[in-house]
Amino acid sequence: MIHAQSGLHEQDEHDRLQILDADGNVHPHATVPDLSDEEMLAMYEALVLARQFDQRAISLQRQGRIATYAPMTGQEGSQVATSYALDEQDWLFPTYRDHAAKHVHGRSLSSLLAPLRGHREGYAIPDDVNVMPEYIPIATQIPQAMGMAWGYKLQEQNDRAVLCHFGDGATSEGDFHEGINFAGVFDVPAVFVCNNNQWAISTPRERQTKSETLASKADAYGVDSIRVDGLDPLAVYQATRAAIRKAKDPGPGESRPTLIESIQYRFGAHTTSDDPSVYRPEDEPEYYRKRDPVDRLRGYLESEDILTDERQAAIDSRVEDRIEAAIDEAESLEADPDDIFNHVYDEMSDRLKTQRDELRELREKYGDDAFSEVLE
Amino acid sequence: MSSYAETLAENVEEQAESEDSAPETREKPEDSSDSVDELTLVEAICDGLYTEMSQDERVMALGEDIGRNGGVFRATDALYEEFGEHRVVDTPLAESGIIGASIGLGLSGMRPVAEIQFMGFLYPGFDQLVSQASRIRSRSHSQLSAPIVVRMPYGGGIRAPEHHSESKEAFFVHEPGLKVVTPSTPYDAKGLLTAAIRDPDPVIFLEPKLIYRAFREEVPQESYEIELGEASIRREGSDVSVFTWGAMTRPSLIAAEELAEDGIDCEVVDLRSLSPLDIDTIVDSFEKTGRGVVVHEAPKTGGLGAEIAATIQEEAMLHQEAPVKRIGGYDAHIPLHALEDYYLPQAVRIQDGIHDVMEF
Repeated sequence: MIHAQSGLHEQDEHDRLQILDADGNVHPHATVPDLSDEEMLAMYEALVLARQFDQRAISLQRQGRIATYAPMTGQEGSQVATSYALDEQDWLFPTYRDHAAKHVHGRSLSSLLAPLRGHREGYAIPDDVNVMPEYIPIATQIPQAMGMAWGYKLQEQNDRAVLCHFGDGATSEGDFHEGINFAGVFDVPAVFVCNNNQWAISTPRERQTKSETLASKADAYGVDSIRVDGLDPLAVYQATRAAIRKAKDPGPGESRPTLIESIQYRFGAHTTSDDPSVYRPEDEPEYYRKRDPVDRLRGYLESEDILTDERQAAIDSRVEDRIEAAIDEAESLEADPDDIFNHVYDEMSDRLKTQRDELRELREKYGDDAFSEVLE
Repeated sequence: MSSYAETLAENVEEQAESEDSAPETREKPEDSSDSVDELTLVEAICDGLYTEMSQDERVMALGEDIGRNGGVFRATDALYEEFGEHRVVDTPLAESGIIGASIGLGLSGMRPVAEIQFMGFLYPGFDQLVSQASRIRSRSHSQLSAPIVVRMPYGGGIRAPEHHSESKEAFFVHEPGLKVVTPSTPYDAKGLLTAAIRDPDPVIFLEPKLIYRAFREEVPQESYEIELGEASIRREGSDVSVFTWGAMTRPSLIAAEELAEDGIDCEVVDLRSLSPLDIDTIVDSFEKTGRGVVVHEAPKTGGLGAEIAATIQEEAMLHQEAPVKRIGGYDAHIPLHALEDYYLPQAVRIQDGIHDVMEF
C-alpha cells in the first residue's frame, strides 16, 4: 500500500480511498485534490460527455449504424479521472472499453467511432496524441506498457510515465503476472489501473480469483498497490496523480510502479452482444448505482456553487453538439478496398501488390455490388 | 434462410436420399431411432456435447462464460443446469490455464472439452497445445495421451471487432499430433464432435461461426460419429474439383450452381477433416476432373491450399490439365468489417477462379 507520504490515505470503511460520499459530500478527513474550478468543471464536462456518448453508441448499435460496442456506464468516472491525472507526454494503453480514457488523453470522438463502423483508421494515432490503439486480447497490453515505461527510463526521459488499463479478468492471465513482475524487477515508471468492474463477462470477481483483493496480487511482486473507489472521480484522480508523480520522481525508499485497483461496477452489458440478465440479478448493483460517478461529482460541484444551472445547460448543449459532429464525421468515412493491403509492411511485398491488383481487376470486372452477396 | 443456405440444405437432403452415391457422408446411427431434431449448427454442437456428457461421466466442458451464461454463442446452452458446475465449468480468464488444465484432466482420466471463446484469443494457450498436448503421446511412447477437444469459433463475415474473425487453421495443421476438424453442416457438427470427444488424441474443433445459425438440418437425437479424416463430396461434378471447408462451403456451392448454367460441372469437396487430410478423396476427385481449386478464408501464403496443391502435384500430376488455383484471404490481416466482404472469398471470386482454371 502507498502511505501518507505519497498523499494517499485509506479512510473508508470499505478499505478503499474515497473522497466523496454517495451524495457527493466530502468525507470529513478527506482532502479534495488541488484542482481549479475550471479544471473541476472540465473533468465534469468530460464525464457528462462520456455518459452521453455511451448512451448514443448503444443506440447507434441498435440501429445498425455501428457494430458491437462495449459500454462503459458506471466506469467513465474512473476513466476520465485517470486520464486527467496524466501529463500530456505520458502514454496510455487502453482496452476496448476505455473510450472516455482515450478521449480525455487526446483521441477525437470520431476516431472512437471509426473502428465501430469498420474503419481501421480509427486506430491510427495522431502525432501529438499518446494513446495506443485499443487492446482486445485480454492483458496483452500489460507487458508492453511495462516495456515502454522501461524504455523511457533507460533513455532517461524521466518526465514520462505510462498508464495501462485492464480489467479484473485480466489478472488471471499470465501476461498480467509477467508484466507486473517485470515492472517490479526493473522498477519502471508505470501505473497499472485494474478496472475491477466485478464481472468478466459472466464470471463474477469472487470466482475469478480466491485472492481477497486484486491489489494484493501486486504484493507478490513487490509492487505498490492501492484500492480506490472507482466511482469517485476525485479519489481516482488523487490516487492516479500520486502514482504518476511517484513513477517519475520516487522519493527515498519509494519504487516507481503502482497497481491501482479501481473498484467499479459495470452498470450495463459486457458488450451490445451480451445479455447480463442471464447471469446476474437485476438488483445486484444497487450499492454502486447509488454511487453513480456523474451524480456524485455533480453533487459536489453544486454544493460548492461551482456548477450552476446555467453552466449545466451550456455543458449539455456543447456535449450534444460534439457528439452529433463526431457521428457525422465517422459516418462520412468511406472504405477503400486498397487499404486491405496497406500497412502490412513498411514496403508492400510483390505478392501483396499482385493481390491488390487482382482485387482491383475483379472489382472492375464485376462491380462492387458483387462483393457483398454472401455475407449480407 | 438465405438462398446459399437453401442450396446447401437441399444438397445435403439429396445426399441423404441417395445413400449409394455418398454413403460415407451420411452414416445412420446403428440404433436406427427415428428421433430427429431440426437444429442449427451451433445447436447441433450443444446437442453433441449433451449426448456425450449424458453417456460418459468423464466428459466435461470448461471455458470462459460457458456455464451460467451458456457460452457467448450459446454453444453450451442449458448444459450447466443439466450437468452442474463441476462438469460445465466457468474458468478464470486464462487460455493457457484452460488448455493446460485440460491436458492434466485428460491425464487423470477425464475427457475435457475446452472452449476458447474466439480463435483470436487462443494464443496464450498455444504453447500448451503445440509444445505439450501434441507431444505427450510421442514423448511417452503412447503411455500417455491428451484426449482433449479444444473447440473454438473461427472465421469472418459476422462484422465482429478486431481479433474475432481470423482463420488460422494452418497453425494447427502444421503441428504433428493434433487433429483438426471443421463442420459445414449441423449433422456433421454433431457427428464430428462426438468422434472428436471419443478420440484418444487432441482434436482442434473449429466452428465456422458465420454459419452457426445459417440454416437448420435434421440431426438425430442418438449419438453417432463421423469418422475423423473423411471428406464429404457435397456436389458431384466432372469438370473441376473445388476443395473447401467450413463456412466457405456455402459460397463454393453457390458458385458451382451458377457455373452449372454456363455448362461447367463442379465437384465440391468439403474436407471436414483438415488433419489428417482425406488424401484419397482429394486425389480421386482430382483424377476424375483434372482441374482443381482450393477455397479458404485464411491468407493464401502458407495456407492449407498450398498443402492440397502440393499433394495433388505429388499424387496426380499426370491427370493435371491446369494449375491448381488457390482462392483465399489475402496476405494481410483480415480487415475490420467495412472491408471484410472484399477480403473473404465470395461466390464471384470463386466463379472467376474456376473460369481461369477451365480456360487454361
